[in-house]
Amino acid sequence: MSEATVAAPSTGGSPKISKISEAVIRIAGNSQDGIQAIGGFLARLAGRSEQEVMTFMTIPSTISGGPSIFQVRIGSGEVLSSGDEADVLLAFYQHSYEDHINSLKKNGIVLYDSDHVEPKLEWEKEYHHVGVPISGLTVEAIGGTAKDKGKNIFALGLVAKMFDLNVPKLTKLISERFTGKDASVLNNALAAFHAGYSHSLGSILETFQFVESQKKVGQQVVMNGNEALGYGLIAAGVRFGAGYPITPWSDVMELLRRELPKYGGIFVQCEDEIASISMALGASYAGRVAVTGSSGPGISLKTEALGWAVMAEMPLVICDIQRGGPSTGMPTNVEQSDLNIAVFGGHGDSPRVVLAPANVEDCFYTAIEAVNIAREFSVPVLILSDQAIATRIEAFPEPDLQKVCQDISPDLTPVTDHKPYDLSVSSGVTRHVAPGTRIQSGKYPIVTGLEHDELGHPTGSPKLHTQMVAKRRKKLQALAAKLPTPQLYGPSEGNVLLVGWGSTQGPIREAVDRARAGGDSVSSLHIKHLNPLPPGLENIFAGFNHVFVVEMNDEGIYGYGQLAGLLRARFCDPKIRGITKTDGLTFKVREILERAKSNVAAGLRKL
Amino acid sequence: MSSPLADAPARSVNINTVPLPESERRALTKKELSADHPTWCPGCGDFSVLALYFKLIEKRKLWHEKITTIAGIGCSSRFPYFVQAHGAHYIHGRALPFASGVSLSRPDLHVFVFGGDGDAFSIGGNHFNHTARKNIKMTYVVMDNWVYGLTKKQTSPTSPPGFKSKTDVWGAVDQPINPMKQAIAAGATFVARTTHTNPNHVLQMMEAAMDHDGFSFIECLSECVEFYEGAFDASNPRKGGVFNVVPAEHDITDEIAAYKLSDAPFPGHFGIFYKANRPTKNANEAKINSGNMEKVKGLKDWQILQKNFDRLK
Repeated sequence: MSEATVAAPSTGGSPKISKISEAVIRIAGNSQDGIQAIGGFLARLAGRSEQEVMTFMTIPSTISGGPSIFQVRIGSGEVLSSGDEADVLLAFYQHSYEDHINSLKKNGIVLYDSDHVEPKLEWEKEYHHVGVPISGLTVEAIGGTAKDKGKNIFALGLVAKMFDLNVPKLTKLISERFTGKDASVLNNALAAFHAGYSHSLGSILETFQFVESQKKVGQQVVMNGNEALGYGLIAAGVRFGAGYPITPWSDVMELLRRELPKYGGIFVQCEDEIASISMALGASYAGRVAVTGSSGPGISLKTEALGWAVMAEMPLVICDIQRGGPSTGMPTNVEQSDLNIAVFGGHGDSPRVVLAPANVEDCFYTAIEAVNIAREFSVPVLILSDQAIATRIEAFPEPDLQKVCQDISPDLTPVTDHKPYDLSVSSGVTRHVAPGTRIQSGKYPIVTGLEHDELGHPTGSPKLHTQMVAKRRKKLQALAAKLPTPQLYGPSEGNVLLVGWGSTQGPIREAVDRARAGGDSVSSLHIKHLNPLPPGLENIFAGFNHVFVVEMNDEGIYGYGQLAGLLRARFCDPKIRGITKTDGLTFKVREILERAKSNVAAGLRKL
Repeated sequence: MSSPLADAPARSVNINTVPLPESERRALTKKELSADHPTWCPGCGDFSVLALYFKLIEKRKLWHEKITTIAGIGCSSRFPYFVQAHGAHYIHGRALPFASGVSLSRPDLHVFVFGGDGDAFSIGGNHFNHTARKNIKMTYVVMDNWVYGLTKKQTSPTSPPGFKSKTDVWGAVDQPINPMKQAIAAGATFVARTTHTNPNHVLQMMEAAMDHDGFSFIECLSECVEFYEGAFDASNPRKGGVFNVVPAEHDITDEIAAYKLSDAPFPGHFGIFYKANRPTKNANEAKINSGNMEKVKGLKDWQILQKNFDRLK
């Protein structure tokens, strides 16, 4: 907990109230206890209070049951990661207590359900223990039949008391959440909340109060990455999607299935992954960029059709919500190990576009950018999100929807002539003309996966194959030339440059802040456009002695992660090295700093 | 006859069609419809199917831009290259989901899919089942030759037991798929059988299929003269066979009767085996949409999204 400069004086016998600028709260229980709901309420409250917030959760890949955590970091200043260590641990069970006590700061507070948790003597010395019979008191508050239901809301009341949270705002959030259900559900929830809030925290030494946010960003929205991605696709004008359920992609398809009909669109749940990319391609061919998506093995299954999209030059957006692999792997854990399949997956030379959003807000805007690149360059675009970004909740400034929403209805105005694969365009960029368009020359285009001539008819001509392969590559080179050079975080010259992509942006930036505060010369660079790469990276790398690519994947046979491998191949620069890990968890700031330090100490690898 | 799409569900998706001076247009000729010269072997049954597709377009006065011809991979799947109209040559076995994407997003188009037995019943077998059960509006003609032709004589899922191929030199041993039974069991709402040697019958089936509001499936026997010569002689009166139409007393709305009819040994029967009126997925989705759109009536797209965002504050 970062203490703010102002500390309210302790009065009489009542506990001290400390002003804080941020706090990390880890809630540990079982997956059916509704601990995500507590986290969700806290995150939404932070959003409405113009505070920054970031959450982190783990869920077991079982249907019900199993240990689960939800961590919330709320700050009045900038929040870049979900926090390495918790200030408060809320533990519902003995296993929650024992498994997560190590995530707590020294002298942190354990708030535990004394009906289920037996504190350990040795830990009582290190951490401040506050036992509340949460289960029993909840039953007391809302009636005997409630069993375990409602104890999450009771605990929310305790947290609200501890952090002096805005009660009217919280009760409004609870009311919104339970509106439409049986009135008794809402009444029970409010009863549980108030019981928790008015419960004496007993021996607790101090309670906390957030200093007012300095952000003043105006209206914020609060959502997770999958929601931001789904809404971004809608804002981009996508009105057709197809998919097959798989964790953690399913949320996106559920959202689109629910929302698209309001706009006259359709989302189809298909029989399999191949059918879903095929159906999306059919809809794209029919005139409007469509979307499909998946995770893990589903992406592998889609690669043949992805190759067709490259060959036929068909616009398409493919969302890959990465999880631990290979094969079924770790369905509910995070990994960034799909970069290679995204960039290279499939047979043949098949250039396609790959983008990775850096945070929840970026998921929204990346979706729009992906649709526009797909349309302009008639190319499939992959969005590499991941399990961490998909499930974490953030607050971000509300987009100006009137401005960002676009209409991409097909234009079926008759044309005099059309060559789908016109070779006379030097950039290689041609546009798709959808069926329904009358072509006055009477020559109609065929889109195809066979190598073809300019009208799409098959050819075995060595010259045409060479020209068409080049056409498909040149389009991406034309795109690359238009991409912005990414902005450095920190000075443009120094000892260490940390390079990242996707959801690691926050912890990497926090690592830079912490290193610089400690006097180390560290900057970072976040690459959003992964294929093609943006121009100017070599000039940025030139300003540093060490370039460490931080990514959640394996160091591989040759000692470099997937992006590090791409960058080394591209720039032939031996100072590019990797900081990788494969534990299925997001990077802690501390991990990045320690690894960077030991890499520097080890010096450049001798070849 | 009115266009079979006249009663297709209206979708809100804004399609900027420019109205065509229909009065100025006459039926397309074979010359205007022909594109590449087919790559099929001389004598291939597929020529007949292509010629009858042209005839259908001409007879029913369909325009170039209103037809979409889609295929997967195989000899017969080369079809779109030979038709002067919008078309897509997709990947092996997946033509049906691709065509579903077109059909569901563009009610103004006639979607025709052509392919072979390998595409339909082997690699694409599951797509066949699901497109049929979902009753997605399109016409699917499977040119069944009982053999893999493009890859030069391997066993196909419809090859009869004993057929000697390069992958079953001693003769095929696996039970073949019965396309009629497969289609009926999967929930196809129009199931017909014809053969390339009876052009009038092929045209008649194609017309009926096109007019059917739903997933219409035709199995068209189409001889591979190169790798399975004489496979269908028993169905060709000119080769001493018999062409038996579906008996007049057969009730095409009776699923069980249709299934029994499919059981007849080769050459079996030709004609419509089964036809049902079940709402298409196209119509079902349109219904879902109109219900949803009613609730946001009068709002622009960004305003609909704004309502979601207001709840996320």
